[in-house]
Amino acid sequence: MRAVPIVLAGDVAARSASPRVDLLRRLWSSRGVTFGAPLLVALALMAVLAPYIVSYPPTRPFPAEALQAPDAGHWMGTDEIGRDIFSRIVAGAGVSLQVGIMASSISLFFGVVLGLLAGYRSGWVGAVIMRLVDVMLAMPGLLLALAIVASLGPSLVNVMMGVGIASVPRFTRVMRGCVLTAKENVYVEAARVIGCGGTRIAVRHILPNVFAPALVLATLNVGSAILTAAALSFLGMGAQPPTPEWGLMLAKGRDYLRTAWWISTFPGLAIMLTVLAVNMLGDGLRDALDPRLRL
Amino acid sequence: MLMFVVRRLSTALPALVGIYTLVFVLLHIVPGDPAMLMISEGSASREHLESLRREIGLDRPLPEQYVGYLSGLLRGDLGRSIRHNRPVSSLIAEFFPYTLQLTLAGLGLAVLLGLVLGTIAAVHQNRWLDSFSMLVALAGVSIPSFWLGLMLIFLFSLTLRWLPVTEEAGWQRLVMPALALGLYSAAVITRLTRSSLLEVLRQDYITTARAKGLATLAVTLRHALRNALIPVVTIIGVEVGHLLSGAVVIETVFARPGMGRLIIDSIRFKDFPALQSTILVVACCYVLTNLVVDVSYGYLDPRIRTGENV
Repeated sequence: MRAVPIVLAGDVAARSASPRVDLLRRLWSSRGVTFGAPLLVALALMAVLAPYIVSYPPTRPFPAEALQAPDAGHWMGTDEIGRDIFSRIVAGAGVSLQVGIMASSISLFFGVVLGLLAGYRSGWVGAVIMRLVDVMLAMPGLLLALAIVASLGPSLVNVMMGVGIASVPRFTRVMRGCVLTAKENVYVEAARVIGCGGTRIAVRHILPNVFAPALVLATLNVGSAILTAAALSFLGMGAQPPTPEWGLMLAKGRDYLRTAWWISTFPGLAIMLTVLAVNMLGDGLRDALDPRLRL
Repeated sequence: MLMFVVRRLSTALPALVGIYTLVFVLLHIVPGDPAMLMISEGSASREHLESLRREIGLDRPLPEQYVGYLSGLLRGDLGRSIRHNRPVSSLIAEFFPYTLQLTLAGLGLAVLLGLVLGTIAAVHQNRWLDSFSMLVALAGVSIPSFWLGLMLIFLFSLTLRWLPVTEEAGWQRLVMPALALGLYSAAVITRLTRSSLLEVLRQDYITTARAKGLATLAVTLRHALRNALIPVVTIIGVEVGHLLSGAVVIETVFARPGMGRLIIDSIRFKDFPALQSTILVVACCYVLTNLVVDVSYGYLDPRIRTGENV
């Protein structure tokens, strides 16, 4: 499924004149991007336009309409206190996308900064950073995120921080690897010869090399960040009621599985679809930009 | 080989001390006072707070706590649970077997499913079996495990009534949790097996084996898969971490006892000593697994034992 576009990409690269056109062509030919990107755009639009799409307020209870099965009026049914599931799912799209993107941005920012430092300054600064990274990597990600959230207290913002910080070591390690490779380029040596300072070389000459793998890693990470954040909310450590967060909605539906399957089913489908879209986009980006990162 | 094991052991020790420090810092220094956290907000009387602090040793200076707790750990004293009012070590001894069982079942399922799907995908590269396996793998990394668990309960226990949810019923009780827990790892192993096998199948010695007339199946299983497995073994170490921490979620879904439930209940009931020690024990399991994986890796691939450059 994925090997063929790579071979094609090589052929195209040999023929094409502009690397940018070539990149766009590779992206376009990737199945992941052509499926994932539109799906993600649709979800983002849904999140932004949520107030205009929903026909019921997502957080106000209507006890008289509790536990209604899906029908024409509530086509995903209602929950235990009569809130329309569809409205809550639409409202929850923004929450999940925000959490995923914010958490990934935290990992990206610290990962790039620490990776640059560790790769470019290979002295004691690098050594200290990498030991810290090793220790954090020696702990399973979800457990680390859980420990961070447990110490900060349960809330959506703390989940973003916890999930974001838990991925920093992985980012740092990949970024450092890229920096170490980029450092060997002749133009870096040339820059040093003409008298560029360390910071200038790091930012102007090395950082651009790290950009592609960083983007790919960050995109792929958004998917797992959304999953981890939803899991934490499911456990009651994240979003608090009445926030329309998908993991939290799923947890509430657990008690009504026997009588009202729709409460848990639809939020789970929403999570799956979102993560699927992000992962497809990430896979496509990776194949087009940086096949080395392939697992 | 012995030197390799010793060398690897010597790197695990700093990792363990590091994790201990990390957990200690996270739970002690960050937002002030765990004793405050433990008593529900508002109802804390000053005397209650003080006695609780003394009991867990929070009134002592931090460095002293750090050393004191560590020396306790080395003597096998994991502290005393506030909620259960018994030694944490006895709680862990009671709950750990459940998590171990679940993790092993999930791991077995993930490895089996991952190897089979990955091999099928690589052998049938770019045909529908490959696409199908890759689709399963993509779904596997996208489906939330807790949702999969709930859907399995809904389908197989509540609707079809094939499998029990809560009753003590031996292995049948383990099927659904293991599947919900293991699918993600199965997907990761599938992808890795496929790409690693594809790489190996391009090597010269595979062409040689084919040229001398061996059947495709024999070449794939005996010559290719064996070499392709080396990176897969490494990822298994990482996946054990996924499974161990994923058990936290799955145990909640299936209302199973275990380390995960212990962690969540400890957070919920602000049982600080239990939380600290349970997290440490789970993290240590992960470090030890990776130690075992690394050693077996060195056993599988002699190049790793002898030198740094592979």
